[in-house]
Amino acid sequence: MRYLPHTSEEIDAMLKVVGRKRLDELFCSVPDDCRYDGTMDLPEPMTEWALTDHASELAEAMKINHRHKVLIGAGSYHHYIPATIPALISRSEFLTAYTPYQPEIAQGTLQSLFEYQTLTARLLGMDVANASIYDGASALAEALLMGLRISKKKKKVAISKAVHPHYRQVASTYLHPSEYELVELPYGEDGRTDLSGLSEIDDLAAVAIQSPNFFGVVEDLEGLGEKIHAAGALFITTFTEPLAYGLYKNPGQCGADIVCGEGQSFGLPRSFGGAALGMFACKDQFTRNMPGRLVGETIDMDGKRGFVLTLSTREQHIRREKATSNICSNQGVCTVIASMYMASLGGSGLRRLAKQNFDKMEYLKSAMQAKGARAVFNSPGFNEAVIEFKNDFKPVFDTLVERGIVAGLELGKYYPELAGKYLFCVTETISKDVIDAVVAEVK
Amino acid sequence: MARNPGTTGLIMEEPLLWEKGKKGRLGMSIPESDVPEVAADAALTGAGPDFPDLSEVDVVRHYTRLSQWNFGVDTGMYPLGSCTMKYNPKINETFAATPALAAAHPMLADEYVQGNLQIMYELQNYLGAITGLPGVTLQPAAGAHGELTGMLIFAAYHASRDSKRNKILIPDTAHGTNPASAALCGYKPVPLKSGFNGILTVKSVVDAMDEETAGIMITNPNTLGLFETNIREIAEAVHAKGGLVYGDGANMNAVMGVINAAKCGIDVMHLNLHKTFSTPHGGGGPGAGPVCVTKELEQFLPVPRAVKVGDRYKLEYNCPQSVGKVHSFHGNFSVLMRAYSYIRTMGAENLKKASHLAVLNAAYIKEQLKGTLKLAYNRPCMHECVFSDEWQQEYKITTLDIAKRLIDYGYHPPTIYFPLVVHGAIMIEPTETECKDDIDQFIEAVKTVVEEGKTDPDNLRKAPVNAKLRRLDETQAARRPCLCG
Repeated sequence: MRYLPHTSEEIDAMLKVVGRKRLDELFCSVPDDCRYDGTMDLPEPMTEWALTDHASELAEAMKINHRHKVLIGAGSYHHYIPATIPALISRSEFLTAYTPYQPEIAQGTLQSLFEYQTLTARLLGMDVANASIYDGASALAEALLMGLRISKKKKKVAISKAVHPHYRQVASTYLHPSEYELVELPYGEDGRTDLSGLSEIDDLAAVAIQSPNFFGVVEDLEGLGEKIHAAGALFITTFTEPLAYGLYKNPGQCGADIVCGEGQSFGLPRSFGGAALGMFACKDQFTRNMPGRLVGETIDMDGKRGFVLTLSTREQHIRREKATSNICSNQGVCTVIASMYMASLGGSGLRRLAKQNFDKMEYLKSAMQAKGARAVFNSPGFNEAVIEFKNDFKPVFDTLVERGIVAGLELGKYYPELAGKYLFCVTETISKDVIDAVVAEVK
Repeated sequence: MARNPGTTGLIMEEPLLWEKGKKGRLGMSIPESDVPEVAADAALTGAGPDFPDLSEVDVVRHYTRLSQWNFGVDTGMYPLGSCTMKYNPKINETFAATPALAAAHPMLADEYVQGNLQIMYELQNYLGAITGLPGVTLQPAAGAHGELTGMLIFAAYHASRDSKRNKILIPDTAHGTNPASAALCGYKPVPLKSGFNGILTVKSVVDAMDEETAGIMITNPNTLGLFETNIREIAEAVHAKGGLVYGDGANMNAVMGVINAAKCGIDVMHLNLHKTFSTPHGGGGPGAGPVCVTKELEQFLPVPRAVKVGDRYKLEYNCPQSVGKVHSFHGNFSVLMRAYSYIRTMGAENLKKASHLAVLNAAYIKEQLKGTLKLAYNRPCMHECVFSDEWQQEYKITTLDIAKRLIDYGYHPPTIYFPLVVHGAIMIEPTETECKDDIDQFIEAVKTVVEEGKTDPDNLRKAPVNAKLRRLDETQAARRPCLCG
């Protein structure tokens, strides 16, 4: 086995040193009644080329594959990934290192994390961003828990129903065994969160709003923030499509206290939903309540600039059960990819790409309207929108799949009241021709 | 020092991203727009972020230089205890990048994504076979996330029996994540002291266990690298009071094909795919922390899980007792693919052999260094061995000094100052992928460093001198935090 370098002579020599005759004698401290009976039921080992053939078989079993044009976002977006990113991230100095516990030989990881924190804070308009957590959904759950920690005695948090349904489900799972209550806030006919019932909820620590929300609608974050603060609660915003902040005001400008969301859009493949990237940021005064790793700038013994993990007194290995979170890792490589992506686009490129995504969706909406379909929510959007058709769209959807196009996500499973309506997403990877091909089939 | 790989070389300086670039540069290809421009709502739009504009060469050189400041498994031996820094096979990367699999949107209907569902279904079965615990969720994104999922399952199990419990037993050797994960579920950790030989006694568990205690979280092999020989009796004591046993599988690399977790009495166990199953640690992630449970607890696992009906795979959501969801989608799928590729490459015999050799390597290091550094516990070790700096105290040399000097010799230092129960701990986990020659060279390096500590202790105190930077001022970093440039 090529990953196991020991020759039988070496094994014998090493066993002799440790005073054993056979390898299984090394396990003399394992009682008999704990032992594995027989051999683990696993397939026979595969050679590298057999495994490559197997990968091809699995790929062929994917009825929808990378050649399809997939007009679905809903928390996982197809953006063009520049060739530089897979090339650079395959450098094994990034890939095969671990947590930078020894900063002198981990400055590559540490500086790139510091850059990631900085670019993320600038993108979101916040003072501080952490070195990332698992994904958008767990980031939101952590943000709600953080809101409860900051507010101390309060026991409730509220979340807009226009937040991604999976994110709401994860938040509910995290909070379920606790003493805290999670309240859902409705959305209105414009697809935006309706806060008219907010004043009736007492004991409210924080309110979470997604923008652009699950329907692709850009919320009036400034207006919502004022109402939430007036109710004495912290204002949490979340996102699934950070590219939107290349065009729209960032959450910090709109008064958000904690901002969290999913960074997959920035250079990561969809990859069936993971590896994901939980982006997380807050205002300065809440830093010590923040979960997750932080990298800070310092100097070495010679006065040279360097970076280290810092403020770890918040974290589990020091604080144990009193830590701000149980999280002890971050999404390392995913943060480096996101930074590479943000750096490759730059401020000017991000603006241009965001505007192009917006324009594509505006084109789709107007083309649909010309065919008698319509955007359900008449509100500003970004690269997603919910479309309602005059006739059942399912047969059209099926026809289009055969032609290599996946035309949106049917919403009945997530919002029964929106059954038969489809959530569409168009990015720079979807050409006008593809949009026209979809619209041409609409009946 | 001639035989050691550590040396100096030309190290390139590289500024922060925003200290370079010029407005108007672009580092990637953006298509020309083929649709009309439309004005966006002016009241909602902003100026866009203040990012530097960089060319493609700016970006490539930046990250290439940064990468050269890092030490990885591919650079050299990385005996970081408790982290299982084994070799990360390249074929796993190729496998995970298979375009049709990697491009899949996570919300497509099951019929369109049979290949990915097959990977999930089979991986669930493999992990079930390896642990002996047949119910498996792949959703948790890391070990600590798996622990949280496990604690949610504990809470759901006790709630289903109308049993109110608010405490949990955790040995003092545990990772800090254990108490932090339990606390998220409202459990107050009750610390258990390990016995004089580093092993948890049955009596300490029997004395602490009652019907207000949800169960125990136990790492086996424990963080001292020792097998908890009383595990079965401990599990029986916990079960007798209606509690559950959580097995932290962080150290599974020692015992694949050797122990059966179910036979040990473990009810719930997470695995760290980035440790035992060779997926790269990536400077901190992404990892994956699947959770394996007994048949009885399967109903509480997060939704969805992959199932097979006839010859088709599907995602099963209909589990009314489920704790819910812990991830936006299906976990870190790209990490799952790498672990799948590893298990398919290895097969049962090689996985077992990997554990055997991981333990052999650690036992060999323990034997060769036990006259050089003080062993914390002189018992048969599993995949890692723990020393302390007790013998160095008379030379005023600490574990930290030894670790930093090892950097100059070309090694990533072992884990230091963990586990907390050993003063000045030095925890060495070589893994099975290090060959005897390299291990011998490492042993010599440690011996030389320790010797140097007696003759030229300042060489240790000022180390490292060969790295890009000297020791960093962590106190200043924490006192005046600069977290954003």
